[in-house]
Amino acid sequence: MSAAQPLIGRSVERKEDYRFLTGAGQYTDDITLPQQSYACFLRSPHAHARIRSIDTAAAGASDGVLAVFTGKDLAGIGGLPCGWLIKSIDGSPMKEPKHPVLAEDKVRHAGDPLALVVAESVAQARAAAALIEVDYEVLPAVVDTATAASAKTAVHDIAPDNVCYTWAIGDKAAVDAAFARADHVTRLAIVNNRLIPNAIEPRAANAAYSRADDSYTLYVTSQNPHVERLLMTAFVLGLPEHKVRVIAPDVGGGFGSKIYLYAEETALVWAARRVGRPIKWTAERSESFLTDAHGRDHVSTAELALDRNGAFLALRVHTTANLGAYLSTFASCIPTILYATLLAGQYATPAVYCEVQAVFTNTTPVDAYRGAGRPEATYLLERTVEQAARELGIDPAELRRRNFIRSFPYASPVGLTYDTGDYEATLNRVLDIADVRGFAARKAESARRGLLRGIGYSCYIEACGIAPSNIAGALGARAGLFEAGEVRVHPTGKVTVFTGSHSHGQGHETTFAQVVADKLGLALEDVDIQHGDTGKVLFGMGTYGSRSLAVGGTAIIKAVDKIIAKGKKIAAHLLEASDADVEFAHGEFRVAGTDRKKTFGEVALAAYVPHNYPLDKLEPGLNENAFYDPTNFTFPAGSYVCEVEVDPDTGAVRVARFTASDDFGNVVNPMIVEGQVHGGLAQGIGQALLEGCVYGSDGQLLTGSYVDYAMPRASDLPGFRVDTVKGTPCTHNPLGVKGCGEAGAIGSPPAVMNAILDALAARGVKSLDMPATPYRVWQAIQAAARR
Amino acid sequence: MSLTIQLKVNGRPVTAEVRPDTLLSAFLREQLRLTGTHIGCDTASCGACTVHLDGRAVKSCNVLAVQAQGREVTTIEGITPADGSLHPMQAAFKACHGLQCGFCTAGMVMCAIEVVTHQPHATEEQIRAGLEGNLCRCTGYHNIVRAVAQGAKAMGVVP
Amino acid sequence: MSQISYHRPATLADAARLAASDPDARILAGGQSVLPSMRLGLLAPSALIDLAAVGELEGIRSDGRTLTIGAMTTHAAVAASQEVQARIAALAQLARSIGDAQVRNRGTIGGSVANSDPAADYPAAVLALNATIRTSARSIAADGFFTGLFSTALRPGELIGALDFPLPVKAAYVKFPQPASRFALVGVFVAQAGNAVRVAVTGAGPCVFRAAALETALGRSFTPQACDGVRMDPDALSSDIHGSAGYRAHLIPVLARRAVQQILG
Repeated sequence: MSAAQPLIGRSVERKEDYRFLTGAGQYTDDITLPQQSYACFLRSPHAHARIRSIDTAAAGASDGVLAVFTGKDLAGIGGLPCGWLIKSIDGSPMKEPKHPVLAEDKVRHAGDPLALVVAESVAQARAAAALIEVDYEVLPAVVDTATAASAKTAVHDIAPDNVCYTWAIGDKAAVDAAFARADHVTRLAIVNNRLIPNAIEPRAANAAYSRADDSYTLYVTSQNPHVERLLMTAFVLGLPEHKVRVIAPDVGGGFGSKIYLYAEETALVWAARRVGRPIKWTAERSESFLTDAHGRDHVSTAELALDRNGAFLALRVHTTANLGAYLSTFASCIPTILYATLLAGQYATPAVYCEVQAVFTNTTPVDAYRGAGRPEATYLLERTVEQAARELGIDPAELRRRNFIRSFPYASPVGLTYDTGDYEATLNRVLDIADVRGFAARKAESARRGLLRGIGYSCYIEACGIAPSNIAGALGARAGLFEAGEVRVHPTGKVTVFTGSHSHGQGHETTFAQVVADKLGLALEDVDIQHGDTGKVLFGMGTYGSRSLAVGGTAIIKAVDKIIAKGKKIAAHLLEASDADVEFAHGEFRVAGTDRKKTFGEVALAAYVPHNYPLDKLEPGLNENAFYDPTNFTFPAGSYVCEVEVDPDTGAVRVARFTASDDFGNVVNPMIVEGQVHGGLAQGIGQALLEGCVYGSDGQLLTGSYVDYAMPRASDLPGFRVDTVKGTPCTHNPLGVKGCGEAGAIGSPPAVMNAILDALAARGVKSLDMPATPYRVWQAIQAAARR
Repeated sequence: MSLTIQLKVNGRPVTAEVRPDTLLSAFLREQLRLTGTHIGCDTASCGACTVHLDGRAVKSCNVLAVQAQGREVTTIEGITPADGSLHPMQAAFKACHGLQCGFCTAGMVMCAIEVVTHQPHATEEQIRAGLEGNLCRCTGYHNIVRAVAQGAKAMGVVP
Repeated sequence: MSQISYHRPATLADAARLAASDPDARILAGGQSVLPSMRLGLLAPSALIDLAAVGELEGIRSDGRTLTIGAMTTHAAVAASQEVQARIAALAQLARSIGDAQVRNRGTIGGSVANSDPAADYPAAVLALNATIRTSARSIAADGFFTGLFSTALRPGELIGALDFPLPVKAAYVKFPQPASRFALVGVFVAQAGNAVRVAVTGAGPCVFRAAALETALGRSFTPQACDGVRMDPDALSSDIHGSAGYRAHLIPVLARRAVQQILG
């Protein structure tokens, strides 16, 4: 049976939706195992303290308690590893302090776990945890990003100045020379506010040990179960990898926060054998706030050198990045490899130099959050470009246009080679769709209502589809970054695909099925996608960095190609033709130029019932797998326009219009792609207007719940105008796709902030940091009025 | 201390023993194994646990099981037709891509039904206001808002 | 683990007796504040006294001089009430602005008023509208009811039965929400009954209060412009990560001006 028209490019409804819409999804906390027991972690109330003693006697004797473990019990195991080695300018490796699963001698952030209680119920585990007596020697806390390196207190003894590394990229001499001859220099101090990811499903884990075969099963909220297993077994617990099965079932959003190997699931696996019962832990939201890896948190200065025509001559950046109390799994590469390499943006700036100082603080570890380095680069660059336009009196769109890269491939001064793009096209489209020409009239209309209207632009680029493993390895990655896929054709011609990518909202079960169904000429319902289980999927690196379709999808296509190649041989035998004469299209193997053909189903059946089959030359069965290691990053890019209305009396900002034009290359399912953009925009607008993680000077998290951490709600956001259809296809993967998951979060914050600054320009406001809360906007207006 | 409660859940009579401080959300998920109702926070802020109590949307993490004594609770499982089809609001969410990871979806659909039942002609702005109690981190709400409007039409509350 | 008991009295008198007999018991009205506090471990009552079965606490009625709302009337019921919309539309509008749909379906006016949350909406209405709080024991004028942060003139074992709002009145409530909680960062309720103007402010201090300077200014001239010259003293106001006392002081006359604009149409 062949599909009537191609599925690729169509907004087909999602295959996974039925179970989510009916409550039939199976998220980690929905799974309860026989003999289930429950865990509670005792967490440090202090940001920084030495542990003088822990007394667990009363907790151990409490009702329903099965076991209590502390850092002493786990002292024999390894620390949680960091997957990327960054070297300082002087060649020395980054400081890598041990990240114990349960705190040993010190606690280093509020929420740092120091004991695990296992009991018959959650309530009993919590009650017992409250009985643990800890004698703390409270130490001063290091909190502030900008001053951590000069603090008198060290978070870790091996980094007395709290500096993990000082890293740099670019040609410093060339940049200095360009600044020396510049006609104009735009300077900007810029803060990228710390964010808390807040996937709506809290992290959870359920670990079981089977004495029967000495094996472990871990259900966990993970974006990459194979990586989770590899890190946990090889680096921390020393367990045989093949005896551990990690299942990431339905996962309720990740946004980066569920990439990492966390202490909780590691402790649960360790304890499951000792307790002899499956142990479940589900984070309370207040625990998520304290322990899910946070995002962003940069303090930077940017300087852009221009000539009198507005041509960019050089960019110089210094960034201090807060890594938090410990190195999370990918923490080190986010403010370096995934950040500074993007600082060229869409512009042919000949020289860029960036220095990054990464610091430890007594705060929750910081790692990748939707965009991961690229939003920080885009925000810095696009704020700077917009300010330069204002200073030079050049239209901000025009200034960008003058500096666009126009020929590809383009080798940037910060190490990337963009394969393709058309920045002028996305800019022109967004100016058109956003009706920029009508802005003046809308501004006048807002003014009649006492509101200040502003317009802001942002042109972003991102590097997705991480990464060629050899390049990543040369840059310090301690893992490969390929993807794996398997295509299993059943005797009836139905197909199950196993992918190492993980779907936690992205819709892989639909998109990947569209691709495979099209390639094999099958109906969508004849293709099932399986993911998220190391017991089913051969291997996987997982989902992050907008890599699933570009890398994971390509691995599947390579496996499909092998299926087709083998199918041709089988068909050639059945049709008594030579292999080379058999063509495959629309689900049929056909002898070229004839009407002699075999359907895909007939060939599949022959492979499994090989009565008439070339057994001397070909194995029976139709099942292929493939690994794909990309040859380059992909480079999605786009242009965003935001219009805001500011109420000068209260400081309240409303996003009046938001328009996005993205170049994602080819698009498999426009509905899903637009949905990804919408979600990214909400998180980016959230960062710009609402979300800001605030610590007190004592290291206490002041935004530790939804009552104080402002999440975007429906009424905070406008409807979006999103245009994603006409792109420049990626040149180095067979689908020509680039990745779309992070674009919205990358491109939108500077568009919003540039719009607000445009609105406030008349009031003399020249700078403003995110989040632009009403209070902060009001303060900026007041401060400008006093000047 | 445990109490015996009698109530209707998804149309069926239920008699159960609960502690006085057992939340309705915990009762549904842990005692009745109705895991379609999700828990996303501990401050009654996210709305993932929204169910209907006597036909009105409530956050089941903010109601005690004992408070449901003698009343009727409907969860996402309860609005799902047995024949494998979907409630018109569920179908609208599917058609409009009003869900991604699915975690907030049950609460969102239950709230959406409340919104359009009481405001059949809700404007986009009113729909957004009506969803104030439900957080979604995936969709940016754009397609949820479209889904609620389309669901209202499909439910027949809008001519 | 702590043992908690649960009571479901059928009359207000029984509820009051139960409350009086156990100082550690908590009244469960809509539960929208009590239950989250219990869940976070901020509150561990010995008993819960659920008012759901006390039928006499429900209902909205008006005799032309007074609008009476029973303590267990939900925010949703107040918002939807044609009686309220006809008599004091601002009260229905305020009810519609509380929390979210789910909270409004459970939360009650009596619970909100008795809780005296510094950022709750209803206390501003009760104070500005000069309501009388009728309890299980007596009647209390609004001016003497709200005594501080989460505290009121209610004595142990004393429960709110109903609230009486004097009529006729012109009123408006303008709320500026705290961006995360959506409670009032500042909320200003302006009421004009005859020549008397009352302005109550919530969110800005430890407890709802009347803004005398605004009342004076508006008493002289009930115009939006009258609010412009009024300066509020930040010293008595709250300060947190969402806004300094100075910001709150600034917002009060701004919101009052908008409320007056609404009243004047």
